[in-house]
Amino acid sequence: MANDLILRVVTKWLSPIIILFALYVQFHGDYSPGGGFQAGVIFSSAILLYSLTFGLEAGLQLIPEFVLRIGASLGVLIYGGVGVVSMIMGGNFLNYSVLASTSLAGQHIGIIIIELGVGITVASVMVLLFFTFARQVAPE
Amino acid sequence: MSLIINLVLLVFLLAMALAVLKARHLFAMAMLFGLYSLLVACLFVTLDAPDVAFTEAAVGTGISTVLMLVTLASIKDGHELVSSEKVRAAPLVICVIMGGILIYGTQDLPDLGDPLSAPQKEVAARYIEQGQAETGVPNLVTAVLASYRGFDTLGEVTVVLTAGIGVLMLLGSRKKIRIKEVPNGK
Repeated sequence: MANDLILRVVTKWLSPIIILFALYVQFHGDYSPGGGFQAGVIFSSAILLYSLTFGLEAGLQLIPEFVLRIGASLGVLIYGGVGVVSMIMGGNFLNYSVLASTSLAGQHIGIIIIELGVGITVASVMVLLFFTFARQVAPE
Repeated sequence: MSLIINLVLLVFLLAMALAVLKARHLFAMAMLFGLYSLLVACLFVTLDAPDVAFTEAAVGTGISTVLMLVTLASIKDGHELVSSEKVRAAPLVICVIMGGILIYGTQDLPDLGDPLSAPQKEVAARYIEQGQAETGVPNLVTAVLASYRGFDTLGEVTVVLTAGIGVLMLLGSRKKIRIKEVPNGK
């Protein structure tokens, strides 16, 4: 598909917009619909679009697979890490209220960080799934 | 107005389901499933659940369709159903009985928006009353998912990671699994 001019141009214009929208959904999830899971899926769809248009090799050049493997684990680590930090700060596991001086600020910080963890894991796993599946396609 | 929208969406949903049944080609079936998910996402929007609609549109229409297409592309043949016009009674009976049980089961569900139903009376009321004051997050869905039910969401993320690991173990890096041929006959 890499020879189709329309697809290539549209993909080049669309991918950054999709990624920008994913970041908006990620960090604006507190105020509008969305959150880490949706943002991760939208982010990964940008990578999927790029890989579908320019081929699997180009996608792997964009994000190497070991980065995805690290990212998938890192997200869960961030999430669990917030829980452990809140335990160290003297609260229960995943009680964000103790993370900052006021309860509300702590909740805000905690929610943003764990949403980031969710987003990183979901985006990495989705792209990883696609790469793993796409590698099964025998080269024509 | 919302009744008309619901009616149109449900009719389209039914048409799409029948089209999936009638489709003979698996590629067409995968695309129709994507459209089905999109219609379900629209229904979620009319039910005032934009967060769920978001997920359904992104996962159901986007990712899973692409994954299905890639899977089909990696399978060489068998995309088209070999038609056998013979009518089989057993699957039909099983489907009718199963559908009947499911429809019977929906009788126990509370009416849509019933203020006296169990989900409205228990913790949900407290989340709605206290959620914004306690977490400072205007989007209540995020507050419940990330803060009140943070432990569940941690489990959900772990499930996603586990699914990825499972696929990697099944499909990823086949070369490593192969037993190396030992040279020199040792």
